[in-house]
Amino acid sequence: MIVEFAQYIAALLILAGALFSLIAAVGVMRLPDLYTRLHAATKAGAIGAGLIFLALAVASFDGAVVLRSLLGIVFLLLSTPVAAHLLARAAYRSGEAPAPATTVDDLQ
Amino acid sequence: MNLALLTIVLAVGWAAATGGFTLPNLLLGAVVGAAGLFVVRRYVSRPHALPRAWRIVSLALLFLRELLLSALRVARLVIRPDLKAHIRPAIIAFPLTVTGDAEITLLANLITLTPGTLSVDVSEDRRFLYIHAIHVTDRDAFIREIATGFESRVMGVFR
Repeated sequence: MIVEFAQYIAALLILAGALFSLIAAVGVMRLPDLYTRLHAATKAGAIGAGLIFLALAVASFDGAVVLRSLLGIVFLLLSTPVAAHLLARAAYRSGEAPAPATTVDDLQ
Repeated sequence: MNLALLTIVLAVGWAAATGGFTLPNLLLGAVVGAAGLFVVRRYVSRPHALPRAWRIVSLALLFLRELLLSALRVARLVIRPDLKAHIRPAIIAFPLTVTGDAEITLLANLITLTPGTLSVDVSEDRRFLYIHAIHVTDRDAFIREIATGFESRVMGVFR
């Protein structure tokens, strides 16, 4: 009973995670420049992968796996913003111009 | 946080990552953790520890909530057919009140993972954090929101 329940929860989490990852990919395709694309890749991507880690934790019933997947979420949340920040900074410094729609650019 | 406490945290982290809460494994984790801390000991600040613990927890909860909202907002935006009409990107200089390395790092990371904002750079003199935002209509309101939200919470954790 409890196992089945956990499996349904895990399935829902995996679906939600996959959906977020898909939306992140769509965002990377559709947004106009590198900076706006990073928004989609970091946020929706981190949540997507995080939800899948969470599904693993719920479905495993194994303390070691639960801890490791929670740890995976923590590392994901620590590393994603750093990576995004470095990409944005490197792009700006090497002259990647923001999309023409950009209204203010204080960095200029 | 003092070094002894950090060593314990690292040992538990090690045990979790390697998947075994046995005594030898915990000890190994403590040894590895202590060795790592020894290398970076000059950069680990060690002031008074625990009264701010709850503020750290409340910041973590605020962060998780904002992250979820952020992901939902970006998701909704991305699947709109008229996407181009709904984004007004801007790079805005946010005047920093926090000054420490750790504080700026934490604030920049929190900003990157929350609704429509992404840290791009910090000015050389550390007075400004340059933030890329996906949709800005009112610049002053934007700055105020971060100053009274995350920045004041970050200061609560560090001071």
